[in-house]
Amino acid sequence: MQGFDALSVLADPRRRAVYEHVAAAGGPVSRDQVAEALEIGRNLAAHHLDKLAGAGLLDVSFARLGGKSGPGAGRPSKLYERSAAEHAVSLPPRGYRVLAEVLADAVEEAGVEPALYAAARRQGERLAREGAPVEETLRGLGYEPYADGGVWRLRNCPFGGVARNHPGAVCGANLELLKAAFGGGVRIDPGPEGCCVVVDRGTCGTKTNGSLF
Amino acid sequence: MAGFYGELDRINAIADGWPGFVWRLVDDEGADATSLRPYGDDTMVNLSVWKGLESLRDFTFRSGHLDVLRRRREWFHPLGEAATVIWWVPEGHIPTVGEAGERLELLRREGPTARAFTFRDPFPAP
Repeated sequence: MQGFDALSVLADPRRRAVYEHVAAAGGPVSRDQVAEALEIGRNLAAHHLDKLAGAGLLDVSFARLGGKSGPGAGRPSKLYERSAAEHAVSLPPRGYRVLAEVLADAVEEAGVEPALYAAARRQGERLAREGAPVEETLRGLGYEPYADGGVWRLRNCPFGGVARNHPGAVCGANLELLKAAFGGGVRIDPGPEGCCVVVDRGTCGTKTNGSLF
Repeated sequence: MAGFYGELDRINAIADGWPGFVWRLVDDEGADATSLRPYGDDTMVNLSVWKGLESLRDFTFRSGHLDVLRRRREWFHPLGEAATVIWWVPEGHIPTVGEAGERLELLRREGPTARAFTFRDPFPAP
């Protein structure tokens, strides 16, 4: 399922809450875990999870929970996690991805990353002027931040496939943008998944978040 | 170039320990290949063998290497044509700089093919 068909299954607010819970978990979760977290029945959780999986929004795997194995460990649990497949709906139709890929090709071929980084810094400065708290800014841009000790880690890379094809240019621009937005405390520290940047939780580059930390 | 040289040992150590790393070109001193200048004094080469495209991709883009990759224009001029090429070799084969040069020429001449390609337009193992 793609586009409207895939996204239409999110119209039900409770199902959307199920989706958002699974996405925020950052790894596979079981029906029981979802039911418990959202305080709904196990069958209802399973119904919504399977609808989301059927639409391609969640991936399904099977594993035994609790580290048990061998005879007596019971049946493997059905687990759900967010699919990496991208869905976008835009009216009128827009295809920024193709344009972004072509622009990034040109930047890397011409070797004008410094100009790209300067433009990214100016974009970050615009965000800084809006003065929203760091977490809210990150969330609004689609980074899906979560606290990990002293830093915000970013579960999602909003630039996805373009960053995958042009990491030098795109991750570099991303770093400059966030540095300018938060005034420091931002660095590259890539893990296997998600955005390559981490943001210090003490970072206080915006104006209105004094009470947040 | 001090920034580049200052990071070299650290980044090479990350490569050497990365899952899927097989081999990389080094000069007589054995640490790196920066003294080899087969294409002229102002052109450095680096050449390495990996067990698969994904392990090379992970090292290049999802390790500490990314932080120096993004800074490459502080140290290197763009060549104005393809500067990096990838190709498949039989297991156990260690390529020469000459082979690498031929593959790069092939990529420049014909664009990405199964014999000479890029991360942007990859080809599966034969």
